[in-house]
Amino acid sequence: MKKKKLITRRNAIITGVSTIGGLLLTGCSKKLPPTYGNILRMGDVLTYTAQRTLLPGQSLAREYQLSDISSFPATGTTNPAAPGQPGYSQTYGQLHSGAFSDWRLSVEGRVARPKKYSLAELQQFPARTQITRHTCEEGWTAIGQWTGAPLGLVLQNAGILPSARFVNFYAYDDYMESIDLFDAFHPQTILAYGMNGSGLPISHGAPLRLRVETQIGYKSVKYLQRIVVTDEFVNTGDSGWSWYVGI
Amino acid sequence: MKCSHWIVTASFLALSVTGVVILMAHPRLYWGEVGNDLTPALFELPISRNYHHGGWEQSTPFFQRAGSPVTASRTYDIFNQNGWGRSLHFLAAWFLVGTGLVYLLAGLFSGHFRNHLLPEAREFSRRLFWRDLVNHVRMRIPKAGKGPQYGLLQKCTYLVVIFFLLPLMVLTGMTMSPAITAAYPFLLKMFFGAQSARTIHFFAFVALLLFLLVHVVMVIRSGFKNQMRFMTWGK
Repeated sequence: MKKKKLITRRNAIITGVSTIGGLLLTGCSKKLPPTYGNILRMGDVLTYTAQRTLLPGQSLAREYQLSDISSFPATGTTNPAAPGQPGYSQTYGQLHSGAFSDWRLSVEGRVARPKKYSLAELQQFPARTQITRHTCEEGWTAIGQWTGAPLGLVLQNAGILPSARFVNFYAYDDYMESIDLFDAFHPQTILAYGMNGSGLPISHGAPLRLRVETQIGYKSVKYLQRIVVTDEFVNTGDSGWSWYVGI
Repeated sequence: MKCSHWIVTASFLALSVTGVVILMAHPRLYWGEVGNDLTPALFELPISRNYHHGGWEQSTPFFQRAGSPVTASRTYDIFNQNGWGRSLHFLAAWFLVGTGLVYLLAGLFSGHFRNHLLPEAREFSRRLFWRDLVNHVRMRIPKAGKGPQYGLLQKCTYLVVIFFLLPLMVLTGMTMSPAITAAYPFLLKMFFGAQSARTIHFFAFVALLLFLLVHVVMVIRSGFKNQMRFMTWGK
């Protein structure tokens, strides 16, 4: 007995392929960050496109109570001032011995008014304090309270140009990351100078670190030195990590 | 329908391997929102050199009070292959989700679920269920015919895998994503937190792995050659 099928195998395949194609196409109107010619990273680009297409606007990550603050491991570079340690920087060591009074955050690139901000100047921006969950790609989580200047306000203060699309972060320990403007202007994306009601500890990125609450921990760059706004994706090669880690 | 089976098989195997690789970077499981090396774990799996590594500097409390949460710097060079592990995991997950959606729609509209998977009222009694279970345990497996004429236990197992375990895998997986839980916070409530979701994700994986083992044994016992031909070509 042969039944007439509403969905044939061929139709199903065509529908599936065109759905995925459609998802990819929406992203193709704007140039996507590269996959480094790496087939592995194609899934990450699909994740990036799908999340930007399907997730509703700038939703806030869950915020917690003071009593929820948990123990918080410090991993990656934990002290760039210590000679011989990974991520050692002589410049950082000097700034550290001067209690960071000479430290400045340079905001440059596609901005109308490039500027070097002191910590005091950054603290003049309306501060945002948030108790959020840090999700490390290793698999662990921790809850901490962060205080800082919303990145969006700082970028506007520097006069970010309309053509800008990416914000690149350079750290003293030679670490580099970039995010798109969607994440850069997320209300919870802040340049944090305070943690758990005190100044930012060295092991957590003093004097200033980035917090991107909608992504995995390694996007929240510690020991910030320089922010460069660009029109194009800055390809520094495959770091071994996927560029987009909203999942 | 037939090729979806093998796409899902390949995705599942890739997801299993990379899932274990990801778990090896932090082989501790927790309950609730928070879990890390400085907080107590539900249990820890001895599956990499990171097991009980203890490579932490002396901890510093955040607050001046007894029982304050602490921070400590890690001194141990952990095993971590998540760079490719995570990317391959999510690539395979896309294949699984894409194929799964096509399969669900096709199964719904073609009558596959209704005709082959839903147990009929008359076959669904405790006595018949028990008899089928005993037969399976005693390895009295009938040779399969041509086509999906599934047994009662088989139907129930497939229903649990398709409509419970696999969706549970996808949802608990998404609950570990900061961007997705920001958009859909109910996921965190539903699974009691990000770390609980990770733990449930692990146990659902164990259940699926057991299913795969039994499934393969059954395919072999019920006539391997015929079954493989049917699973691949449908005739």
